[in-house]
Amino acid sequence: MIEYRSVGKTFPDGTQAVASFDLTIPSRTTTVFVGSSGCGKTTLLRMVNRMVDPSAGQVLIDDVDVATQDPVALRRSIGYVMQHAGLLPHRKVVDNVATVLRLNGTGKGAARERALEVLSTVGLDESQSRKYPGQLSGGQQQRVGVARGLAADPNILLMDEPFGAVDPIVRLELQAELRRLQTQLDKTIVFVTHDIDEAFALGDQVVILKKGGEVAQVGAPADILAQPADDFVASFVGLDKGGRSLHVEEREGRKVVVDASGRPAGVLEG
Amino acid sequence: MEWAWRNRDQVLELFWQHTWLSVVPLVVGFLLAVPIGWYASRHPRLRGTLLGVGSVLYTIPSLALFVTLPGIIGTGFLDPLNVVVALSIYAVAIMVRTAADAFESVSPAVLDSATATGYSSRQRGFGVELPLAGPVLLAGIRVVSVSTVSLVSVGALIGVASLGSLFTNGYRRDFLTEIVVGLVGIVVLALVLDALLVLAGRVLMPWDRHSERAKGPFWRRFAGGRVAESGTMALGGDA
Ligand SMILES: Nc1ncnc2c1ncn2[C@@H]1O[C@H](COP(=O)(O)OP(=O)(O)OP(=O)(O)O)[C@@H](O)[C@H]1O
Ligand SMILES: [Mg+2]
Repeated sequence: MIEYRSVGKTFPDGTQAVASFDLTIPSRTTTVFVGSSGCGKTTLLRMVNRMVDPSAGQVLIDDVDVATQDPVALRRSIGYVMQHAGLLPHRKVVDNVATVLRLNGTGKGAARERALEVLSTVGLDESQSRKYPGQLSGGQQQRVGVARGLAADPNILLMDEPFGAVDPIVRLELQAELRRLQTQLDKTIVFVTHDIDEAFALGDQVVILKKGGEVAQVGAPADILAQPADDFVASFVGLDKGGRSLHVEEREGRKVVVDASGRPAGVLEG
Repeated sequence: MEWAWRNRDQVLELFWQHTWLSVVPLVVGFLLAVPIGWYASRHPRLRGTLLGVGSVLYTIPSLALFVTLPGIIGTGFLDPLNVVVALSIYAVAIMVRTAADAFESVSPAVLDSATATGYSSRQRGFGVELPLAGPVLLAGIRVVSVSTVSLVSVGALIGVASLGSLFTNGYRRDFLTEIVVGLVGIVVLALVLDALLVLAGRVLMPWDRHSERAKGPFWRRFAGGRVAESGTMALGGDA
């Protein structure tokens, strides 16, 4: 369980990124922070592994304040997938993934073996593992980033717009894969995106943020859609202007679901 | 040609002498410049001062340095150490700037990612920053290598034997062949050292061949823009 207690962050240059933030993230679930650029998502995420220290309040992991933990040890115990993958350009793919394990004291051979295993979990084969990051496509690099985050089998996985740099098709593919992985792995995932569809696709709990890390609404995707807290949320999730309203039309005896602009979205069963 | 063959023992002797007089300052300069450059890249306020001191040192004429060093470090006048120390000073002076540039060229995002992965700052320094600064450092040391090899010959004027002695001798005896042999020897040495450096770069930094820079024209392969500039400065300086 991750807990934010009245957390605030003002950077040394005076920028107030987060005013006062409270949230509980249950274990083994996926929580998504979603909000427009600059609203403090990354800042909040990085407080969990002490890449950012809050200037007010506390962040607790399983009731232990992270401020009391050694930052290097803490970071080794938490998976972190960065925007644009953030791979080390001078290490081969397999070594990029194995690094986390090596830092944790795993032997060379075992680390390599495990790295290859996670790489295949995210759909990369051995020939790709021998390349340098610069030789991979953006989508492949992001997969490596995910593999690196998973390598040490951490309980907590932080993902900062991990699929930001890929085209929409690969993005959907990676999302599906993450969902599949999560059913297997049961991690506590904190995921950052500014794409509400991605948030709804992945989150058990979705946190919609406004500027300054202010929470506009927290809840399951269906609950947010059913009961948007205010106009901001309604417009953010696309409920205004009929963006998400679907209706049913009869076509040749079947019930076809049609969206606001008249395009068919699917068929209603039962 | 014949002259060179008849005197091959002496020429070879001078070649080796020239080699170690060049290599030692290179190594010393590199080992000193890397930490200083790293420090300068981390402390923007000190950067200007450190690099300024480097530039000033580099403007001292080499002959003047060769002649005054014995008085300062208490060596004999003919001691090759004078040349080694003087050239080490030049090597540091040039390489500090390149080293600072090299460390600044490392992407902050990569460093951030290494920290987030759980590298301690020491592990990050040796495991990420140093190797990633490598290509620019290599470009710098290649420039210094050439300039050091040519500066060693100036030492012949104060009686420290090197291939440069063939110049002084040949000039005194008005014997062109000897001068040409000395010149060829110096060029060969410079090329061999450069080739070794390039080879070391290939072996130690295999990833660089696959990078964006490596795809560009060959002269950009090892030199970033800023290095090319400091390179011109260095080459101009030893004239
Ligand atoms: N190191 C820093 N120093 C000063 N201000 C910062 C720093 N990092 C972030 N900020 C500011 O804090 C605010 C929140 O930044 P943050 O990176 O958390 O936003 P974000 O929600 O992740 O945005 P994006 O979607 O663009 O990644 C921004 O106004 C940003 O300019
Ligand atoms: Mg961000």
